[in-house]
Amino acid sequence: MNPRKWDKVATTVLYMISVFIIAVLAFLLLYILISGLPHVTWHFITGRSSSFAAGGGIGIQLFNSLYLLILSMLISIPLSLGAGIYLSEYAPKNWLTDLIRNMIEILSSLPSVVVGLFGFLVFSINMKLGFSILSGALALTVFNLPLLTRKVEDSLQSVHYTQREAGYALGLSRWETVIHVVVPSALPGILTGMILGAGRVFGEAAALIYTAGQSSPPLDFTNWNPTYIASPLNPLRSAETLAVHIWKINSEGIIPDASAVSAGASAILILFVLLFNFAARYFGNKLYRHLTGARERG
Amino acid sequence: MEKYDRSDRYLKPLDDGQHEIALATKDLHVSYGEKEAIHGVSLDFERFKITALIGASGSGKSTYLRSLNRMNDNISGTKVTGQIMYRGLDVNSNQIDVYEMRKHIGMVFQQPNPFAKSIYDNITFAPKRHGERRKQVLDEMVETTLKQAGLWEQVKDDLKQSALALSGGQQQRLCIARAIAMKPDILLLDEPASVLDPISTATLEDTLLELKENYTIIIVTHNMQQAARVSDYTAFFHLGDALEYDETRKIFTRPKIKATEDYVSGHFG
Repeated sequence: MNPRKWDKVATTVLYMISVFIIAVLAFLLLYILISGLPHVTWHFITGRSSSFAAGGGIGIQLFNSLYLLILSMLISIPLSLGAGIYLSEYAPKNWLTDLIRNMIEILSSLPSVVVGLFGFLVFSINMKLGFSILSGALALTVFNLPLLTRKVEDSLQSVHYTQREAGYALGLSRWETVIHVVVPSALPGILTGMILGAGRVFGEAAALIYTAGQSSPPLDFTNWNPTYIASPLNPLRSAETLAVHIWKINSEGIIPDASAVSAGASAILILFVLLFNFAARYFGNKLYRHLTGARERG
Repeated sequence: MEKYDRSDRYLKPLDDGQHEIALATKDLHVSYGEKEAIHGVSLDFERFKITALIGASGSGKSTYLRSLNRMNDNISGTKVTGQIMYRGLDVNSNQIDVYEMRKHIGMVFQQPNPFAKSIYDNITFAPKRHGERRKQVLDEMVETTLKQAGLWEQVKDDLKQSALALSGGQQQRLCIARAIAMKPDILLLDEPASVLDPISTATLEDTLLELKENYTIIIVTHNMQQAARVSDYTAFFHLGDALEYDETRKIFTRPKIKATEDYVSGHFG
């Protein structure tokens, strides 16, 4: 066979592989949405879940997921920014920083159930936080931090060295150059990484089963004082998230409409994860265009 | 490449009291790790003149230029010895505040490197960081520097647009405007026209000739016609040494050293 034929064969094979992958993904998505969306009503999204009778909702689980997400991002964004900036801009190249990078790689491939058990031992038991939103948020931080740090470092590294030189040549210090030149240029990448990380956290179940717990106390949605025990904002109460709820009703649910609730909750979960992904693309592109002025040039 | 006798050199001294010296190096050595790239270069740069540094790739002219405002500090393993005298101070000593010094000795790089900010912010960013807050002063600074850099007419209607949307030549002129907004004494240019088309290059050369009124300019260039057109003095670098330093017209018409003659007549490089 001649090179041109080989090229055709390779193109066809790669094309078929892509089509196959896209078909699998599309099938999964459509299956979840088609079997779930018919059960989704406003009452289902906002209502309380029931333990025995049919017709329960997922309102509290959805709230828990969002609250837990915000809390864990509040902890992990500053940490990952600090670590990423250090690794990219300040860390000398030696065995120690190489070791740190290797550890981050290893940490980012830890199975989430291991992170969950680690969080259970450290946060719930040793630090006496029990099954609480805070334990869950810390476990999610452990789960998310390596990837976020890696993403921040990569985004900063992709900013060309000449940008830093431009800052130095104007009499700016390294810190000023990093904060005002390098980080803003890397922001589209950092933002995309953060939002995708949020999506990952939102769908996480295994790391939360033993940390945030599998149930929520009766909540009083009229009292938003975080120190009040039944307040939705109390970080020390246990909280069952949407993903944990899906796992739970499928494994031990005794409500008669378990499969319907599970399907509906899955559809909502998928919708949110999709929303995060599209938001990441949209805001990343928008910010990039804003910074580079690509819009003016079409 | 032909071997030249490195002891055969002619460096015109300018410290005879008749020239005002803006910057001078004395026995400047630069090494990266084990390898020495500059073997003791002593040159005087006259105030309000353009000095061109020419030489083949690897001759050390860029390395030399970058050590004048200590940009090589940021490359680990670099060692610079010798003196860089500026206003009676040795720039190459530990007591010097490098950040303060770079406000006086500005630099424009080979690759245009505007910040991912608006045209206006590119120019005002560093002065703002150094404490200038008055809007009127900043507005005037933007207009004056853009005019001096020959970019004002093309961008004055949309100073808020991103600098990255400009063409390469416009970006480079913006970088010059940004550098002179700091009101430096000395402007170092590292092959500023190497990525520009001929028309942009011509505009840039006009800009340099105008800037000469107020700035001392040292420019590294690969382009010998450019050196001949814009510079007053020319230094010829060869394998980490400055072999000849003289008025530009002498370098290009009657060079005293064989290596210079071969280089300017295109025998190597």
